[in-house]
Amino acid sequence: MTTNGWVQFGLLGMTVALLTRPTGAWLVGVYSGSFGALGFAERAIYRVMRIDPNQDQPWTRYAEAMLTFSVVSMLMTYLVLRLQGMLPLNPQHLGAVAPSQAFETAASFTTNTNWQSYAGESTMSYFSQLTQFTFHNVASAATGMAVAAALVRGVSRKGSAGIGNFWVDLVRGTLYVLLPLSLVLALVFVQQGTIQTLQTPVVATTLEGVTQTLAMGPVASQEAIKLVGTNGGGFFNANSAHPFENPTPLTNFLQIVAILLIPAGFTRMYGRLVSSPRHGWVLWSVMGLLLTAGGAASYYAEAHGNPVHAARGVDVVGTATNPGGNMEGKEVRFGIPSSTLYATVTTAASSGAVNSMHDSFTPLGGLVTMLNIQLGEVIFGGVGAGLYSMVMMVILTVFIAGLMVGRTPEYLGKKIRAREVQVASLYALIFPAAILVPTAASAVLPQGLAGLANAGPHGLSEILYAFTSTAGNNGSAFAGLSGGSTWYNTLFGLVMLTGRFAMMVPVLALAGFLGEQGRVPDSSGTFPVTTVLFGVLLISVIAILGALTFFPALALGPVAEHYLVNAGRLF
Amino acid sequence: MRTVPLRPAITLTTVLCLLTGVAYPGLVTVVAQLLFPFQANGSLLSVNGEVRGSALIGQRFTEDWYFHSRPASAGGYDGMTSGGSNKGPSDRALADTVASAVAAVVRVEGGTAGAVPSDMVTRSASGLDPHISPANAALQVARVSRARGISRDDLRQLVARHTELRQLGVFGEPRVHVLRLNLALDSAAARRVR
Repeated sequence: MTTNGWVQFGLLGMTVALLTRPTGAWLVGVYSGSFGALGFAERAIYRVMRIDPNQDQPWTRYAEAMLTFSVVSMLMTYLVLRLQGMLPLNPQHLGAVAPSQAFETAASFTTNTNWQSYAGESTMSYFSQLTQFTFHNVASAATGMAVAAALVRGVSRKGSAGIGNFWVDLVRGTLYVLLPLSLVLALVFVQQGTIQTLQTPVVATTLEGVTQTLAMGPVASQEAIKLVGTNGGGFFNANSAHPFENPTPLTNFLQIVAILLIPAGFTRMYGRLVSSPRHGWVLWSVMGLLLTAGGAASYYAEAHGNPVHAARGVDVVGTATNPGGNMEGKEVRFGIPSSTLYATVTTAASSGAVNSMHDSFTPLGGLVTMLNIQLGEVIFGGVGAGLYSMVMMVILTVFIAGLMVGRTPEYLGKKIRAREVQVASLYALIFPAAILVPTAASAVLPQGLAGLANAGPHGLSEILYAFTSTAGNNGSAFAGLSGGSTWYNTLFGLVMLTGRFAMMVPVLALAGFLGEQGRVPDSSGTFPVTTVLFGVLLISVIAILGALTFFPALALGPVAEHYLVNAGRLF
Repeated sequence: MRTVPLRPAITLTTVLCLLTGVAYPGLVTVVAQLLFPFQANGSLLSVNGEVRGSALIGQRFTEDWYFHSRPASAGGYDGMTSGGSNKGPSDRALADTVASAVAAVVRVEGGTAGAVPSDMVTRSASGLDPHISPANAALQVARVSRARGISRDDLRQLVARHTELRQLGVFGEPRVHVLRLNLALDSAAARRVR
């Protein structure tokens, strides 16, 4: 571990902390309706859709609109992928995508997961990448943000049947947040070397006279939204490790900031709109603490390297000229610190973009990436998704605190009654079920075992990671697992849809229930949610819930592997 | 009877598809091609009008008179594929690959087992890593010097000239650009013949 490595960690923390307040203010303007610079475009879109933007939807209508939009856009992508061979902008003449692959990919992008069981450069045409994946990167991100905005309204409103208008939230999130941010970021990326072209692959003659074909494509535009929208689906197979996606250490830093920007801003927006800015900062700090802990653990593990490789003559001690540590599956320009920082942030924040191969991390480094997702994507989390997942944890925490003192729990002036707790419990149960049930099935059935690239406990880790990532709508992978089989494609598709929509609907229900209530004034029995004590309690609930659920599986996977590797045992 | 909101869903899908899938990438393409055409088209390096590679994409070098890139992944530095080995830390095949790579460094470069730079015997994440660490390059100087008949000091100076420092003094790690270094070696050799 180097001083410079820690400086990079510190710089990231400072940058995100400084950007949280302005981003929050911006989000407040967008979702409370006070921004209107692009009103002409908005009104034109609403007119074509024939909707009334002022109509306030109850939670059932909001959920219905969200689901209908998602189904329609997913069907469109399925059709485009199946018809790819007949569509334009396909200089490589790539053919139709197989049915199970097309289903999985359509589900993957619709759910903001971007799990990719194909290699982009040799499977997807420019047409598919542009019109489908870039579109979903924006639309799925805007959907997550809309659901979070609806929840914020539910918490902040009094005796209101409505929680906002899904169509308006979707359009405004796209026009005022995602597109402008992506536009600027894409051009910065190009300046640094990310490609943006529609030409065919370039053929070069290397210095040793060999032909090298260089994949091309409109990469920068997809790269920007892939990060801003915490999508994570790469243009190329190697994702953000590919020099055409992430050419320099500076783009790498900006990518990490871009992943955290909107999720961090949402905590500020939440604090402001529920009239408790301090509560927003408590959530931010809890997220920041969990992120720092994971990052430090990952950096420590990767910088110490793999004892098995050290025993075979690799110098794992980092110096000013030798990266040291575990460099399998990492790029020299990033080295150990920028790789572990990226891996921690991308799994914590539900992005799933990778600049190093998590499958080749040391057992403990890999454990951090997996645990980050398993804690429920609450460590900043996906755009919107991070906030609403965290609020679910807060509801559970407030409920448990209420049980301790024997009073009806209250949260920001709302009574947390049986049905609110039922919704939060449902939310907390669906997620582990969606991970552990298919993991168990795949670990015993031949169809599941056929895809493994590694034997022993690492094989189990590959399966566990895959379902963790798909259920958490993360999209990163222990990529050795061949996820392209019909078995995995089908299961992944279903798990991703469950992990997204079976969790969004309870969130909207909660928004509706809370919005209907009036506001009870604080009393001496109200448990304050703006204190350090509350933060500690919240971290405990998150850690205990995650640990109790996933510890047995993790013990058989990365923890077992850690001890075996240290004993020199190989598979 | 109420029906599901199909019409707004379909129209909005269409509108957003055009806006985000056509207008946005189209605008980025046009502006990028106008402002940064070199980068937007792949930072291609040409010698005498012939494309010899990209400044961002690594190449495979096997000859003694070139500095070598990191060990190749399955794609073998073909620009149409990318990715790492995805072998886990307890994988026997990976440990064997690393062991034989270390043995090769000891044999070919005269390195010492236990002091082999970590990037020299491991595969990158992209399989296209254009860089090696300064320690890795330093170990290769003796071999290239023998093959080219250039003094080690001259080579070390050349390596230093193609070593990129941390960006803005902070970001990333110091690294040597293999393709640019080898291009410089070739042009230095050409000057000497003349």
